[in-house]
Amino acid sequence: MAHAAAAHHTSLGLDSRKMAFWAFIGSECLLFASLISTYLIYKGRSLVGPYPHDILNIPFTSISTFDLLMSSLMMVLALAAVQRGDLKWAKVWLFLTALLGIFFLAGQVYEFTSFVHEGLTLQRNLFGASFFVLTGTHGAHVTVGVIWILTLWSRALRGKLGKANALTVEICGLYWHFVDVVWIVIFTVVYLIQ
Amino acid sequence: MRESPAGEHAPPHPTAGVYLRVAAVLVILTVIEVGVFYVPAFHPVLVPTLLILSALKFTLVVMFYMHLKMDSRFFTFLFGGPLLLALVMTVGLMFLFGAFVLKR
Repeated sequence: MAHAAAAHHTSLGLDSRKMAFWAFIGSECLLFASLISTYLIYKGRSLVGPYPHDILNIPFTSISTFDLLMSSLMMVLALAAVQRGDLKWAKVWLFLTALLGIFFLAGQVYEFTSFVHEGLTLQRNLFGASFFVLTGTHGAHVTVGVIWILTLWSRALRGKLGKANALTVEICGLYWHFVDVVWIVIFTVVYLIQ
Repeated sequence: MRESPAGEHAPPHPTAGVYLRVAAVLVILTVIEVGVFYVPAFHPVLVPTLLILSALKFTLVVMFYMHLKMDSRFFTFLFGGPLLLALVMTVGLMFLFGAFVLKR
């Protein structure tokens, strides 16, 4: 195991998987920046409604935001449990993280469906196009995160997630928290600054 | 370099108590954000206030939940570099496409 771990270290003494993942997260920053920029540039340029202030539901989205923040808390608690070798609590926290992620996705499905019923589609106007692409891309990232967390949870259920796998959980956590910080920005820029 | 390798020699992460306190602050900041949105008195300063609150939440998650506060500075560079580039790109594109109206 020690040999396997040493094989992952770079000349900087850092784990290569973690370093690669931070580089990936850096590239994701640019992806979301391009989508957020597009949204901001198109803001207020739609020729037909519905417009953001007609359709965005702040109380509902605030609950989704709270949900995602709590899922980040569950994720760090899961990591702390794995690091101290507490498999029982690791299972609980990982399950709750995935569950809150699923709640967030369910909320997004409900939101998208209600918007479509109110006439906002991808083709309707510039707001619809940029809004659905931005929040849809974020939702796709949440979906990947939920699947990843459920995979870890399944490994934990089979007793295959011990202290030695703490870095695997930490890297999954980095992804999940990144998805959370992207939502922090989207919530402010798209929903609150109308 | 001052970094220590990941794994058993990795720098210690915060305790569950710290994680809970950070979560409490995040929730309070979110409540303030939503509150500011609904209070008309804040509307003249709505955008800067919301951006500052959002930046605070972003920083807290990155520092404590993503462990950049106690992890290697190289990771901060790997994340901070593209993040800075992303911010410059966003502001640049908004200027380029006239999203900001400069008043004389």
